[in-house]
Amino acid sequence: MNWIETVYNYSYFVGAFGLIMIGLYAVMVKTNLIKILIGINLIDVGVNIFLVSLGYIKGKGAPIFSSAKINPANVIDPIPQALVLTAIVIGLAVTALSLSVIIKLYGHYKTLDISKIREMRW
Amino acid sequence: MKKIIATLILLVFTFYVYNTIKGFKFGHDFIGAKTQNKTISKKIEPAGKHYLENNKLENNSANVITSIVVSYRGFDTLGEVTVLFLAATGLGVILTIVRKEDDDEESSEREPSLIVKTAARILFPLIFLFGVYVFIHGHLTPGGGFQGGTIIATAYLMMFLSYSNFKINHTIFKSIESLSGLTFITIGLVGLLGFGMFLKLDLIPMGVFNSLFSAGLIPVVYIIVGFKVGSELTAVVDSYRENW
Repeated sequence: MNWIETVYNYSYFVGAFGLIMIGLYAVMVKTNLIKILIGINLIDVGVNIFLVSLGYIKGKGAPIFSSAKINPANVIDPIPQALVLTAIVIGLAVTALSLSVIIKLYGHYKTLDISKIREMRW
Repeated sequence: MKKIIATLILLVFTFYVYNTIKGFKFGHDFIGAKTQNKTISKKIEPAGKHYLENNKLENNSANVITSIVVSYRGFDTLGEVTVLFLAATGLGVILTIVRKEDDDEESSEREPSLIVKTAARILFPLIFLFGVYVFIHGHLTPGGGFQGGTIIATAYLMMFLSYSNFKINHTIFKSIESLSGLTFITIGLVGLLGFGMFLKLDLIPMGVFNSLFSAGLIPVVYIIVGFKVGSELTAVVDSYRENW
């Protein structure tokens, strides 16, 4: 029974940090620009999931007072959710802008491999 | 070699992350990590408590998250919209549209099948309507201007994918975008200049709690944001398509 509780206690955190690790690995190892951008997006999603799961309290609902039964005592803290909403939009803007830069790079060098682009070696 | 170094860095990172969140418990009233002499509690959180308790009185909006995003942090949302606008503008500058006059390239692309085209034509108004529903009901249900605008942009994306000669009028979309941005700033500034606070909500009647006409200017602002995000993202998708 103990391990079930452990898995329950950590599942969201493990998932969120797993996504962040996979994203970091992709950013460090991959040479394809699109894959690097996917890695950055995974980090973004992982951080968002971590923030939302940190704010969750078992047995409490979303902070939307749509019926008389819901009162401030049995809803969760709305601040992490509002902040994540902002973070998602900014992440979208960053992704769109970097994709356009990638398109321009591809048009110039005819490749997406950063090890083949002269100025971007490491 | 690069993979080994990356794995080592990630292992070190994992070790420190594990030690930090070891005590955290998912879904508990307290976060679980022990500080000097007590555990960090989630119950006592002054800002969130204030928002939850005074939301009905101050904003009359059923969705607390919406009232935080639009009302309490309205200035922040203006900045957010500006970031999105800057990204769309920068994208338009980087991807200068190259108009190809020759029709050979367009005809060489394979046309989508009749099933895809017909389904897209039937689904387009429904998806558009769903997006409008999501941003009109932003103060009552989960969702809002950003989400509704994104749904509208996906409807246009579907039309771009199924009709290779589907064109949008860039002038109209740019005008909608600029006009809604201007209206948002004007509404905010009316409150700032006339009443001393940015985005004063009760310029129009506050209405009945938990009904469509409630929460003063919150639905108005979210409808404007919905139009702005929808037209912006549609233009973004279109400039990607033109450059392919």
